[in-house]
Amino acid sequence: MPPRPPSALSHKALFLAFFEAGIFGFGGVLPIARRVLVERRRWLSQSEFNELFSLCQTLPGANMVNFAFAYGARQRGAGGAVAAVLGIMAAPMALVMLFGGLYARYGGLAPVRHALAGLAAAAAGLMLGAGVKIAAPVLRSVRHAALVAVVLALVALAHWPLVLAMLAVLPVSLLLAWRAAR
Amino acid sequence: MTALTQLALLFGKLSLVAVGGVNAAVPEIARQVVAQRHWLSPAQFVQLYAISNAAPGPNVMISTVIGQHVAGVAGGIVATLAMILPAGLVAILVSRYFARHESARWRRVVQAALLPVTAGLVLAAGWVLTAQSVSGWLTGAIALGCAGLSWRGRLHPLWLLGGGALLGLLLL
Repeated sequence: MPPRPPSALSHKALFLAFFEAGIFGFGGVLPIARRVLVERRRWLSQSEFNELFSLCQTLPGANMVNFAFAYGARQRGAGGAVAAVLGIMAAPMALVMLFGGLYARYGGLAPVRHALAGLAAAAAGLMLGAGVKIAAPVLRSVRHAALVAVVLALVALAHWPLVLAMLAVLPVSLLLAWRAAR
Repeated sequence: MTALTQLALLFGKLSLVAVGGVNAAVPEIARQVVAQRHWLSPAQFVQLYAISNAAPGPNVMISTVIGQHVAGVAGGIVATLAMILPAGLVAILVSRYFARHESARWRRVVQAALLPVTAGLVLAAGWVLTAQSVSGWLTGAIALGCAGLSWRGRLHPLWLLGGGALLGLLLL
């Protein structure tokens, strides 16, 4: 289906769409944002969505929040960016601060402490799994595998500051990618 | 410096160096708030990270919970704004001026270059969080089990988080 080009999305429409993506975005906002913006609202085609998302991915910061900034601004300037970002952040921030408040008050109780220890181990496992998932296709090339290992060693074992690790590794990685693309 | 100023400076800087997304910045966040500033113990850090993971929404919520822990609700808001605003402004500018087709090539190059770096950083994040959260055989088994299931399985992450919390509650 061809996307319906939004001539003028209102601030309210932007806020509501991104609000939906934020509040239902458990375990990652990307799938739900795609569903809301591409499939339901049809504000963007699949490829337009992918293009903007991949741009946001190459920039620093939170991918989907960057997406909300860029898409909101594209539609309605600064006010549109504010509407989209408020939309995606409002409900999750309120919820997470509620959790944080409960943690501060009840985090010391024995049953809560035990459940939190299990929760924390599970969250750590999820991050490990995500890392393996991203790394698995990259590891086929020896050079890429070496880069992954160097980053892991510098950051996790040598505890280098992120900026230093990036300054050491990114130029090499960019050079490799640039030569491969030629 | 007040706590709010410190939060704004720390997360404002992190916002611009969080190459590969917020998950990739988790080792740096841990280094700054646990090892350098001693705002949190390693156990508190990984618990707050887990709480932010259990809530819906973008994963910048790690900055919200840390900010709140350090300086209350105002701290949560300041840390979050500092984490999203600088990167968001960059995203607006770049998507406005460079998102045309002629930029497709350099974007592909940058993306290809970021992939191994992001992989290394997210693995490092998994490493750091696992080291801080595993305190015995049960937490070790939960972490490994969730890693395997999230890598190969199709279960929604909320089931894994809920399962981990339940196992901790019943068996620890």
